[in-house]
Amino acid sequence: MKFGVIVFPGSNCDHDAYHVISKHVGQPVDFIWHRDTDLSTYDALILPGGFSYGDYLRAGALARFSPVMNSVKKFAESGRFVLGICNGFQILCEAGLLPGALIRNRDLHFICEHVYVRVETSDSPFTNELQSGTVLRIPIAHAEGNYICDDNTLAELQRENRIVFRYCDKDGNVTEAANPNGSRDNIAGICNRERNVLGLMPHPERACEDLLGSSDGRDIFRSLAATLAAAA
Amino acid sequence: MKAKVYVNLKSGVLDPQGKAIQHSVELLGFSGISDVRQGKYFEISLDGSMDNQRALESVEKMAREVLSNPIIEDYRVEIET
Repeated sequence: MKFGVIVFPGSNCDHDAYHVISKHVGQPVDFIWHRDTDLSTYDALILPGGFSYGDYLRAGALARFSPVMNSVKKFAESGRFVLGICNGFQILCEAGLLPGALIRNRDLHFICEHVYVRVETSDSPFTNELQSGTVLRIPIAHAEGNYICDDNTLAELQRENRIVFRYCDKDGNVTEAANPNGSRDNIAGICNRERNVLGLMPHPERACEDLLGSSDGRDIFRSLAATLAAAA
Repeated sequence: MKAKVYVNLKSGVLDPQGKAIQHSVELLGFSGISDVRQGKYFEISLDGSMDNQRALESVEKMAREVLSNPIIEDYRVEIET
């Protein structure tokens, strides 16, 4: 199995993602420059966090037009796996690979802190090693993480069990007080209908070592690796 | 020839920046304000190779596909000759 981490101008969590795949998942991984278009040798892609194109226009809006993104769309359509973290989630929404949009946090602040998220479903290639209901402690670091979508989209996400992570308190209660940014329905992460594309605002790649305050993020990458191992 | 594009959050989409601006201007003593919504304004200079109708269509497409996110924003285009 081979992973690729896409590097846009302004990505800044690319090395963290690379580190986690090479050290904790123990699999080969390449950086992929946003001008590259050949993704044929990869099984899974990570769109990392950061500030692609300086967040100009809207977060993720300009990265969508990078040459690599056409290939990412075809990659996703072929059923291979795409994980968008933070700015990567914003890019996937702008590119139409995931529904909805991420707007300015309810309280305007850039929020950088550990939060709790509840795994809402183990029925995804990214959470199949986790029990649904598990509470993970993972950091967020964003100013535009307030997930919004229209009523029909929300109903569809709920009906199809595509809300993968919700913000919660440490006991797993999904409450308004535990919602850091105003996201609709406490949504922290969603997947597409085919379940092979996941976007989430929290940073699991920053929560893979106890030294950094939490290693809860590892299970997400382990799930993906287990999915790939099973498919091989 | 110039195109002017106005992009605004759809009504109903929370605009915390607009709210903060409203709060600030009220603190400064401006009264009678019921709401502030912040938007974006683009001035696009055109080289004159398109007639008005084609320029409008072209800039409308640009506004729809790039300058705005139709999930959260509306846009309006004006062509100035």
